[in-house]
Amino acid sequence: MFRSIKILLLISCFTLSLAVAVGAMKGKSRNSKSETKPHWAFIAPAQPTLPAVKNKAWVKTPIDYFVLAELEKNELKPSPEADKTTLIRRLSLDLIGLPPTLKEIDDFIADTSPNAYEKLVDRLLSSPHYGERWGRWWLDVARYADTNGFEKDRDRSIWPYRDWVINALNKDMPFDQFTVEQLAGDLLPNATLQQRIATGFLRNSMLNEEAAVEPEQFRVEGIIDRVDAVGKAFLGLTVNCAQCHTHKFDPIKHQEYYQFYAFLNNDEEPEIEVPTTAENKKRAEIIAGITKIEDELFAKNPDLPKRISKWEQQAKLDEGQWTILTDTSVIGTNGVKFERMLDDSFIARGDNPPQNVYYLKAKTNLKNITGFRLELMTDHSLPHNGPGRATAGTVLLSEFNLEAAPIAQPEKIEQIKIDSASADFSSTDNTINRAIDGNPKTSWSLDAGPGLRNQDRKAVFVPKNVVGYDSGTVLTFAISQKEFGGSAAERFEAPNLGRFRLSVTTAANPKADPLPKNVRSILGIPAANRTKEQQCEVFRFYRTTVSEFAEANKAAVALMKNWPYPATTMVLTPRAVERETRIFKRGDWKRQETLVTPDTPAFLHPFPKDAPRNRLGLAKWIVDKNNPLTARVIVNRIWQNYFGQGLVATPEDFGTRCDKPSHPELLDWLAVEFRDGAMGRQGDGAKLPTTDHRPPTTWSMKAIHRLIVTSATYRQSSSIPPSALSVQPSENHLLARAPRFRVDAETIRDIALSASGLLSLKVGGPSVFPPIPDGAMAVSFRSRTVWETSQGEDKYRRGMYTFWKRSVPYPSMSVFDAPNGDMSCTRRARSNSPLQALTTLNDAVFMEAAQALALRVWKEGGNDDRAKLIYAFRLCTSRTPDEFELNRLQKLLKQEQARFTGKTAAAVYVAAPDLNNLPADVDLHKIAGWTMVARVLLNLDETITRQ
Amino acid sequence: MNYLEEIKTEGQKYISRRHFFKNCGIGIGAVALSSLLQHDASATHRSSFIAQPSDNPLAPKPPHFAPKAKRVIYLFQAGAPSQLEMFDNKPGLAKYNGKPCPPELLKGQTLAFIKPDAALYATEFKFAKYGKSGAEMSEALIHLPKVADNLTIIKSMMTDAINHAPAQIFMNTGSIQFGRPSFGSWVTYGLGCETQELPAFVVLSSAGGTSGGSSLWGSGFLPTLYQGVPFRRTGDPILSLSNPRGISREMQRDSLDALKDLNEHQLANTGDQEISTRINAFEMAYRMQESAPELMDLSKESKATLEMYGAEPGKNSYANNCLLARRLIERGTRFVQLYHEAWDHHGQVHKGVKEQCKETDQANAALIQDLQQRGLLEDTIVIWGGEFGRTPMVQGEPDGSSSLGRDHHNKAFTMWVAGGGFKPGITIGETDEIGFNVVHDPIHVHDLHATLLHLLGFDHEKLTYRFQGRDFRLTDVHGVVNQKLLE
Repeated sequence: MFRSIKILLLISCFTLSLAVAVGAMKGKSRNSKSETKPHWAFIAPAQPTLPAVKNKAWVKTPIDYFVLAELEKNELKPSPEADKTTLIRRLSLDLIGLPPTLKEIDDFIADTSPNAYEKLVDRLLSSPHYGERWGRWWLDVARYADTNGFEKDRDRSIWPYRDWVINALNKDMPFDQFTVEQLAGDLLPNATLQQRIATGFLRNSMLNEEAAVEPEQFRVEGIIDRVDAVGKAFLGLTVNCAQCHTHKFDPIKHQEYYQFYAFLNNDEEPEIEVPTTAENKKRAEIIAGITKIEDELFAKNPDLPKRISKWEQQAKLDEGQWTILTDTSVIGTNGVKFERMLDDSFIARGDNPPQNVYYLKAKTNLKNITGFRLELMTDHSLPHNGPGRATAGTVLLSEFNLEAAPIAQPEKIEQIKIDSASADFSSTDNTINRAIDGNPKTSWSLDAGPGLRNQDRKAVFVPKNVVGYDSGTVLTFAISQKEFGGSAAERFEAPNLGRFRLSVTTAANPKADPLPKNVRSILGIPAANRTKEQQCEVFRFYRTTVSEFAEANKAAVALMKNWPYPATTMVLTPRAVERETRIFKRGDWKRQETLVTPDTPAFLHPFPKDAPRNRLGLAKWIVDKNNPLTARVIVNRIWQNYFGQGLVATPEDFGTRCDKPSHPELLDWLAVEFRDGAMGRQGDGAKLPTTDHRPPTTWSMKAIHRLIVTSATYRQSSSIPPSALSVQPSENHLLARAPRFRVDAETIRDIALSASGLLSLKVGGPSVFPPIPDGAMAVSFRSRTVWETSQGEDKYRRGMYTFWKRSVPYPSMSVFDAPNGDMSCTRRARSNSPLQALTTLNDAVFMEAAQALALRVWKEGGNDDRAKLIYAFRLCTSRTPDEFELNRLQKLLKQEQARFTGKTAAAVYVAAPDLNNLPADVDLHKIAGWTMVARVLLNLDETITRQ
Repeated sequence: MNYLEEIKTEGQKYISRRHFFKNCGIGIGAVALSSLLQHDASATHRSSFIAQPSDNPLAPKPPHFAPKAKRVIYLFQAGAPSQLEMFDNKPGLAKYNGKPCPPELLKGQTLAFIKPDAALYATEFKFAKYGKSGAEMSEALIHLPKVADNLTIIKSMMTDAINHAPAQIFMNTGSIQFGRPSFGSWVTYGLGCETQELPAFVVLSSAGGTSGGSSLWGSGFLPTLYQGVPFRRTGDPILSLSNPRGISREMQRDSLDALKDLNEHQLANTGDQEISTRINAFEMAYRMQESAPELMDLSKESKATLEMYGAEPGKNSYANNCLLARRLIERGTRFVQLYHEAWDHHGQVHKGVKEQCKETDQANAALIQDLQQRGLLEDTIVIWGGEFGRTPMVQGEPDGSSSLGRDHHNKAFTMWVAGGGFKPGITIGETDEIGFNVVHDPIHVHDLHATLLHLLGFDHEKLTYRFQGRDFRLTDVHGVVNQKLLE
């Protein structure tokens, strides 16, 4: 059976390579000798046979054949296996991003069974912290951040996407599914909430809300960023190089860039609620409570159906006849800009200043206009659906003013006096009359309270005299919100109008239709055809109009007060009407030319026959077995995390300019293994690894991790053999030893907190605010100049949960090369600077870790200094110190304890993080000395290095 | 076995070579080999690189050719000052005062806030000519005229962006998109630093926070080593500079001695030269702890100097920052960037410019004079300017909430440069009658970048870094060195 699959695969590869060869002629590799051979990375990988090696005893997995063959070719020997302590620390840091506990180390050393190592690997791969460690790896390419970027850099809520990534990895979601859900989870049949959350991958683009920006320009920038992220994360292609012109080095045409772009250019960008189980339960309870009240009303009033039906007759007359103004334009003060919707409504975009006036100009040929209707409409791009722009979606309307002029004489402006106004809803004290009282500091409020405030509303304004000139009329509406007293920094709290539309009527005595939109549309359905839910909705509104039900209505309102507002997250959903994509001349969004339709670059594998031309089709194309890139790109980036450098050193670029792979056959072998599972194995490989009896799985990331970390290559010592210096001075790319490198920014924090016992191991949830140096946020332009430090457990969460502000990223992680999140990052820099030294020496978080470590060592570390020193050293580095190290630390301890003698103040400052809460029953002079030792240990090169 | 000794004596050559190569793509090795010199990899350059101590990635490096300038002070006037109130004298504008802007000028022009029918607005400031060069400046500037003959005034600057954050990013990185290295990072990457006791690239700020945030001095895809270090306005200038409370300098030394011994021991055990870099980083941090407070202490300056700048020790002000900038470059810092985010005058531009000139004018002039007195001006570039300019049209909100301001304008604005090989006492470029478009000698931001790099000894097309399969540079695919600006 294996054989037949293999043959099929070979055939399909062959077919594809022919197809590719034609398209990829231009993309010939600079590394290839033949002028006509396509670039290697554009031909789908086939699993190569394992090379012959001399030292078969060394080999543990198929990986080792490839590595050993190269070493033997270069007359090099692999390094010996690292000791067990090094191995468990390396494995723990690599697989879960945390150092092992001392018990875990001891247990592993004590376990002499032949599969002790594999058991350890399995334990770590099934740890919930695996998803955190490798989730962060994915979040780099997903350019995750907690703010929008640019000048305003407002907070955003998208952490549910981070949770989704962690959970997906912990479940070992197959990579094809992982891809499909992130690019098109919402388009899957019966998409679940989790699948919709996954599309946050695309939403991680920055958003410019600076005053006066053109929303379209920065929407386009966002799509360009998404194309870039998809290109780098899944394809290892620098697609964006074709944004302005045909790619210089890779065979991507200018037009093909926009065809690719078209897949991602057809969406709306809603925020959706992500209720917890408790919140869902609470909501159900409230609904049940209200239903109970309503049932009681029915029970007490058997004539209700008749009364409702009579009320409906009257209600049907209240709708009025309105003409929507369609010849309209709108400008706002303070640089607010608008998007026109297909139904002739406008949505305010960009900045949301504390106060604002929208000027809407409309032309109409109607005469004898008796009323003007302002509709405030919900939209899923507004906070909690709006209709306003405040964080709860609320609105205040301070004044509604109107001028009219004949179209023929636009300078002949007439102020229109508004005589009366009505609204379908007003909050108790803020009636609609406040919008026509001439006082900009009083407003109409339509805040109906939790759970009720986010619905369509309307107000009708009646002029003293009818309006309309014979030649047609220009109406200029001035709709203002001037009551909000917030400062500029609170601008996104400002209750300005979100989505709105204006209509006029010529009917007599116009009034705002009291019926909500949903009830109005149900009334259009014959009573007999209504569902139970629709009947309930009608009654739910009807009862509020009945004065004798006041008590029951009050009770229902009281229940709603506790309506929970869940966290939200940012997702994608397709537009109802497709958006056109045109080629931008030289990449300039204002110079749009030829129309294009979604398609993938011709030099790659064909688009799947039956796949739709949308994001879902694109995702299916990416995980198509004929795709030459994706499997290679992902295993390469996984490899890079283990060995410091990928088999291809440029993980974001597998194009013709990429570096030649160090082990091309190994890369292909791993890629096929990843894509097809162990089924495609050949020769010796089919028998390896001997300890793994799991069913073959395709696209399993955990299987690739297991394969790599169980290899002899991975298990080598990282010490540099003197022979390697002379033979191979440049790099360790032949892997004659394991690499030794500084851990990532987040892990530096995690190690310090873990060694000191402070670390919280809570998985998932919203971002947290660990301590930050005073004034560190001062470079931020406006929002969140205050950083409210988290309390309790949240003060000590893992680094990956730190609130990530794009314009001012958390300093102590930024300094260690954590990516900003401005764009997709496939490879972190690993710098080594004095500012890093200052951070781990002096930053308050690290000092607190030193203090906690000292106290921990004092209490748990044994009876004498020597035992305590060993304990402390092990907590930081996992290994037992040698005599030199012990003596040196002993010397430091004595030296520092002497310095604190008679200096109580200094001792207390150094020993205790909180002077109001001094640790009891300890000699703080002594603890201070230990704190100094702990601080040195946390700063050791070895403590922050994976070796 | 003392493996460390063995390495030191026998393997020194290999170690340092290996160390450079090892970091290819992620460290300074990339500077040495894959990028900076790839077009110009002469043997002399190569050997001068290898001769540097391998454990200081910021060691000074020679540029492509003999430079005129060795360091930069960039006075970034964020928010975008009005050229029409300060430098670009447009008597013609008075003729049209209050009249709508000719529509043909506005064709295709993006306006940020104002409506296209906004009226033209002539400045209320009077202009005069100063110095032998006859440089034109308005009465808003009282001190700058004293150094008129030192300045190279460019009235024909043009940029691509029209909103603050993108335009500030563009002015600093040559791209509207985030994620590219800043000018300061490129310079530090190319030249390293003369001091090991202070950061190579320092950012000082007065007035508001910047629209572009920390990306303005970010290193983009270059290693973070090259990013600007923002000095705080209060407390420690550098984050975590001070020891935690209770830890004296002696105790810090004790700790670092122990760290050094233990790390060297580990170096001997593993042979990983990166440990040597780390040891060095800790020692540099220790020296920085001493030199930074000394740097910040303006009380050591003479009374005359303080008065010249209008600086007051202990205060956060633009004047203090100008003086600090001089002290920084004197001590070997390569690139100092001052941000003064206070020029976004959508309303009351006359009053606003007057106020901000009061804050900055004296210190700008003093800095030029001071650098000249100390012989530093000839190899230090001083740059003054914002992210774009302002419209000849007036901005007033339709509701009257602000008035007589000016909107963002990217088609023409003024910057000045001084020192470091720029031709002093000239004004270059000219705008049309109302100051809307450049009509002579347009200088795009890319051209300015190319010219600045030229003076620092770089061919702007060859100062590159390989990322995503492409050799990126500050000037992208643009930029021409403007010879008229050069001495």
